[in-house]
Amino acid sequence: MRLEPRPSSSMAATLLWPAGAILATILLSSLLVMIAGASPFTVFWLVVKGAAGSQFALLETFTRATPLIFTGLAVAVAFRARLWNIGAEAQLYLGAVMTVVLGTGAVALPSAGLIPVIMIAAMLTGALTLLGPAILKTRFGVDEVVTTLLLNFIVLLFVSMLLEGPLKDPTGMGWPQSKRMIADAQLPRLIKGKRLHFGFVLAVVSALIVWVIMKKTTLGYEMRAVGHNAEAARFAGIPVNRVIAKTALLSGGLAALAGFSEVAGLKGNLTLDLSPGYGYTGIVVAMLAMLNPLGVIVAAIFVAGIFVGADAMSRSANVPSYIAQVMVAISLLTMVAAIMLMRYRVRWR
Amino acid sequence: MDTADLPEAETVLRLTGITKRFGALVANDHISLALKRGEVVALLGENGAGKTTLMNILFGHYTADEGQIEVFGKALPSGDPNAALAAGIGMVHQHFALADQMTALENIVLGTRPLWSFNLGKAQARQRITQLASDYGLQVEPDRMIAELSVGERQRVEILKALYREARILILDEPTAVLTPMETEALFATLKKLVAAGLSVIFISHKLGEVQAVSDRVVVLRGGKLAGERKTSEATRRQLAELMVGGQLPVNEIGPSTSREILFELNNISTRSVGGAGLNGVSMQLRGGEITGLAGISGNGQAALAALIAGTLEARGGDIVVHGQKTVRWSPRAALDCGIGRIPEDRHATGMIGDMSVAENVISEAYRSPRFSRFGFLNWKAAASFASGIIKAYDVKCPSPEARVRLLSGGNMQKLILGRALDGDPDIIIASQPTRGLDVGAVAYVHARLIEARDRGAAVLLISEDLDEIQTLSDRIAVIHRGQLSRPSARGELSVMELGELMAGHGTEAGASHAA
Amino acid sequence: MSEALEILFTASFWVAAIRIASPLIFATMGELICERAGVLNLGIEGIMVAGAFSGWFTVYMGGDLWTGVLVAAMTGAMFGLLHGFLTVPLGLSQHVTGIGVTLLASSLTYFSYRILLPEVTSPPKIEPFQPFAVPLLSDIPVLGPALFNQTPLTYLAYFTVAAVALVFYRTPLGVAVRAVGENPAAVEAQGISVTALRIGAVMAGSALMAIGGAFLTMSAFNSFFFEMINGRGWIAIALVVFGSWRPGKALIGAILFAAFDAYQVRLQQITGGVIPYQIFLMMPFVLSIVALVVVARRATYPKALMIPYQKGER
Repeated sequence: MRLEPRPSSSMAATLLWPAGAILATILLSSLLVMIAGASPFTVFWLVVKGAAGSQFALLETFTRATPLIFTGLAVAVAFRARLWNIGAEAQLYLGAVMTVVLGTGAVALPSAGLIPVIMIAAMLTGALTLLGPAILKTRFGVDEVVTTLLLNFIVLLFVSMLLEGPLKDPTGMGWPQSKRMIADAQLPRLIKGKRLHFGFVLAVVSALIVWVIMKKTTLGYEMRAVGHNAEAARFAGIPVNRVIAKTALLSGGLAALAGFSEVAGLKGNLTLDLSPGYGYTGIVVAMLAMLNPLGVIVAAIFVAGIFVGADAMSRSANVPSYIAQVMVAISLLTMVAAIMLMRYRVRWR
Repeated sequence: MDTADLPEAETVLRLTGITKRFGALVANDHISLALKRGEVVALLGENGAGKTTLMNILFGHYTADEGQIEVFGKALPSGDPNAALAAGIGMVHQHFALADQMTALENIVLGTRPLWSFNLGKAQARQRITQLASDYGLQVEPDRMIAELSVGERQRVEILKALYREARILILDEPTAVLTPMETEALFATLKKLVAAGLSVIFISHKLGEVQAVSDRVVVLRGGKLAGERKTSEATRRQLAELMVGGQLPVNEIGPSTSREILFELNNISTRSVGGAGLNGVSMQLRGGEITGLAGISGNGQAALAALIAGTLEARGGDIVVHGQKTVRWSPRAALDCGIGRIPEDRHATGMIGDMSVAENVISEAYRSPRFSRFGFLNWKAAASFASGIIKAYDVKCPSPEARVRLLSGGNMQKLILGRALDGDPDIIIASQPTRGLDVGAVAYVHARLIEARDRGAAVLLISEDLDEIQTLSDRIAVIHRGQLSRPSARGELSVMELGELMAGHGTEAGASHAA
Repeated sequence: MSEALEILFTASFWVAAIRIASPLIFATMGELICERAGVLNLGIEGIMVAGAFSGWFTVYMGGDLWTGVLVAAMTGAMFGLLHGFLTVPLGLSQHVTGIGVTLLASSLTYFSYRILLPEVTSPPKIEPFQPFAVPLLSDIPVLGPALFNQTPLTYLAYFTVAAVALVFYRTPLGVAVRAVGENPAAVEAQGISVTALRIGAVMAGSALMAIGGAFLTMSAFNSFFFEMINGRGWIAIALVVFGSWRPGKALIGAILFAAFDAYQVRLQQITGGVIPYQIFLMMPFVLSIVALVVVARRATYPKALMIPYQKGER
């Protein structure tokens, strides 16, 4: 068996393979649902209803999609330049730390000034978090996959230390959690009384900005060149190391926005369970979107829908909500295979 | 003795009607070929004629769409390298199939014992290798790492691999491309011994001289088809050339040079090692209106020199002087700003970004100029029209500026690189192996452009492992050996053998003292 | 201060160090085999989770301890097959596929746990492997009990290192695996299937990773918890680099690392809360990064690592 590049992109392959990936994901998860002793039709109907069956469900899905758009963008940007940022989780948490450091009363400004200040500070924190591994990569040749992965653990312990130490809420009855954000530092809700917040708008705008950067600017061009062939880029005079550093700053900053928007928009304080793996799920989102910034919005809503729907489903059917994570993992693997088969043709001889 | 003349010589290999298609391209079109015991058949054809594809089919790397292969009278199952090995076929690839961080011995015994056995049988193997080596003049040290061996030694390991498996048919793919003239003669002597011992050899080449020196019979491929077959003793060089290119060989006229001032200088430059060797106190001068050829066996510092001038490699010591100005900071950017046009050795790895479009590739050296971008935003219209200009001026066959570069042929890719490098008429040009892997037409085209640049007064440095190319184009020839340059000689001053001596490192000392 | 130094000379400290090292040794050898064959396996973290659960659950269901180890190994090999199939013949990005395998293996494990044990509130316990003192050898002072009064799985870990080294440098199979990670074309040209060799190596390596996971539930502890692998897989990847892709050096790396880990736990007890405990828990991860920085410059990694191979392509 060998793979041959398709001479031109085939419309049929471009549509059929991703569709096949989704179908395969559904079939494989149906199998698991059946093993769990439930009917796949009922379960999937419940998932769809739980994700999009009512205004409440839809708003909940968008709310859940918000951090995923940010981490998805962070990963998409980094992977484009072939900087393997597996550490969006760490950048998210440190962004959240900076948010509560500044947003719990330390800085007093009117809301219109305070929120941008916090946002930029959070972005800088995340950006610098990824800059470290990026410099280790370009200066010392240390693989950034391992360093960013290990940093996730270090940062989580660091946050735990802060929440039991300097950032601990004295009124929190001993729980490791931060003080609550002051009202001026909180993002407004989009609809009164609902959970969907301004972070969602920020996420969509960020996706548009990233799209423009990637398509229209010299920086985006440099990032793509470095990602496709760093040696040729260096030869052509593109400052590869500087491009990797800029990519790291952008990617880390985007991931930190996920932490910022979760704290300032939704939770109101920082706890150790702020992110149920949004950093890792961002990888799935980015790959499902084929690293396209606008696709990230769609992919994030899709993945969020699975999570929200599965939560609702597991309350009524007897299938553990972990099915959502399994589905997301399967969809990642089938989708990367589908992308390959869109571009290459399998020849058996 | 010419065994091919004997009627009773047994046919050891017969290919019948081999056809292989890659999409729309027919790489092999009904090719038939027979090889007799004790015979050397040269498979002649230019790059892209289908020689390597045919041999890959024979060896089982590819499966033919049509046709049969018979070895020693038995049909050879297709697509199975193991069957080919078992049938007694040994192949010496152009790009050696050796693992660098393992010893010669480990490479030779690889795959010769059942994978699940507990013994490598090193002692026995060492003995046999030593025996084979002395029988056929293939000296190697079995316990040295491949990474430490010279190119010639690696080739000997490759031949030993085949002999160790008791190959009866040996296929050599462009074996002389990497050798000095002396090493080539030693290889030919080895081949004579092998043939005398009853082996048969297929010798793949595009060099007429070698084919005439070594083969009994010549089979010529052109454009995937069998173009003809001749007894070597009965064919003239001219006939073979016409069979190979289907007409007259294109010849570039190169007039006398009008040497001008020095445009580029290296003074006592040393670098770290790249691809086998670094530079060691190299000084050179490039004059306008001249092509300076740099000859040498691969891995002697050519890569370091090319990377240094291109700006991707830092000098450890010494000066780079451009247009009489000592440079302070050297980088690809700086080289471009000094007006150096650069043609890299490896089109795919260094020259172009295969997954990006033609337009994106041709602006890669100039995207920051106001021509292509303002305030950090790219002007894609300007890029596309620039690309269209190059496509037209350099006769690049490609559907549009949006086409992905990966899908272009090597020749067309090289034309794009030329177009990018020669944009703005640079007066210093460095061309590294600019014609490697190209067909005759594309080679002539590249040569013509380099001559044109020289005639308008540019200083051209041509780095090539092809001594013919160096001798044809260069007004001045320097030889590099272990990172040191010989005294440059004028066109025609030294013979092939004398250059070969320099390439092998004999006489560099004398040359160095001359220069000093 | 002297108290902090004395720790190093107690037998119990070294016993703990070797116990901590054991799962890392399995995981590191597993990753080393994969990478030596040219395939980065980031599925390691999830495969260890799956191994920990499947081995433990087999025993919980009444299986023999060794049967549990076998089931864990087979579970690992199946995920290895998946990773191998996606990265070798299909040539997908080894980074993304590996992360995908980790997500899949761990989520499938948690899903299975909820389905297979729906009623439990705290995880049930099994009777794990017991320490077994090797006669004579265990009588050597300090080193004896540390090395030779361990559970049989630890002895299996020693054996694994020896076996991997022996196979790599003394058998035709090992030569072929090393060659396929250096230059697959060399292997192909000698009539060996690159695909089969690489997938085989990834399966074998993944089986070892899973046994490393099972060590935690069947030897170090006696139960299965979520998050119990806790980054050990990623640390194993760092240890492979630290060990320059050589079994012996990687073993030394794993033991040094484990000794450090055991040391910080004891240091934590001595300092008694003056320094936040998180600082101690961070140290192993920080140490891994530092180790990577130290060795990265002179690391000679397998040449074909992470480069997919196409037949007939050179």
